[in-house]
Amino acid sequence: MSMRLTTDQIERYSRQIMVPDLGGKGQIRLRQARVLVVGAGGLGSPAALYLAAAGIGTLGIIDPDRVELSNLQRQILHATTDIGRPKVDSAKTKLGALNPDVQIDVYPARLEDHNASEIIAGYDFVIDGSDNFPTKFLVNDTAVKLGIAFNHAGIVRLQGQTMTVIPGKSACYRCLFKEPPPPEEILSCQQAGILGAVAGTIGSIQATEAIKYLTGFEEGLLTDRLLTYDAKTMKFHSVDVKKDPGCSACGKPATTAQKLATGASGD
Amino acid sequence: MKIHLNGEEKEIADGLSIAQLLEELQIRSGRVVVELNRDIVSREAHGSTLLKGGDALEVVHFVGGG
Repeated sequence: MSMRLTTDQIERYSRQIMVPDLGGKGQIRLRQARVLVVGAGGLGSPAALYLAAAGIGTLGIIDPDRVELSNLQRQILHATTDIGRPKVDSAKTKLGALNPDVQIDVYPARLEDHNASEIIAGYDFVIDGSDNFPTKFLVNDTAVKLGIAFNHAGIVRLQGQTMTVIPGKSACYRCLFKEPPPPEEILSCQQAGILGAVAGTIGSIQATEAIKYLTGFEEGLLTDRLLTYDAKTMKFHSVDVKKDPGCSACGKPATTAQKLATGASGD
Repeated sequence: MKIHLNGEEKEIADGLSIAQLLEELQIRSGRVVVELNRDIVSREAHGSTLLKGGDALEVVHFVGGG
């Protein structure tokens, strides 16, 4: 891929190239980057739109579903005329119209054990916009295993949460949430509801984190903390998350020599 | 006594356990992870972990929608 920006590209991206932390160098990095968006729903819609607008080189979109009328209140990639279409097709049309510079790769499938490694391995960063815990844990475990950075997010009703994971450096999703909650405790958007604009706030943060990571921000990423957002009280709060040495996804069992060296006694 | 609950000061009864506080707040323990002074307290230990004045408690909900 060309390392130089065309005149049109310089004009298209001028307002972000002007941002000192990004610049032309950052724009070229975005052009060379590959980002996978898991789920073209409430979170994936705003995240993918902002990433495409920002000029990400390749955007992968994976989603097994078709557009339904009840999606449209929050899933802003899709329009009324898309009802019944695969979400990935609708997404590809919208994102391509927004920015033809972006290569859009679509996967009309569910991310599952058998395809997760193969798909995720082709990307530099993953946006988890999935709508269920098994997929959220699968994204975490696969990205951690492959050493690919990602941003987790979840939303329900008037609440959202998000954290960025850089495998090998920062705490992972499983360091905090050891395993999926019991099924009877789960509130999904389908059952519990969600305000569309809340999805927009959190999905935009996901896109921001991807852009920061890809353009080389070393400080200030949403790592080792979970950002929570409560639209009811309009409050954000950061919860520190410590890397768990015993984490079943990112922890490494200590060797006997390490245990002796640190005097650890099986904490 | 005063504790910090999700970053905000809160007055609670002395000697409350994490389980009792969650019950008072009508929070089901299966829906949250609890951090006491930055360390995660396992669900099994909620009943036996008593809170002290000045403790920083974070109650984090599982949020799975997208």
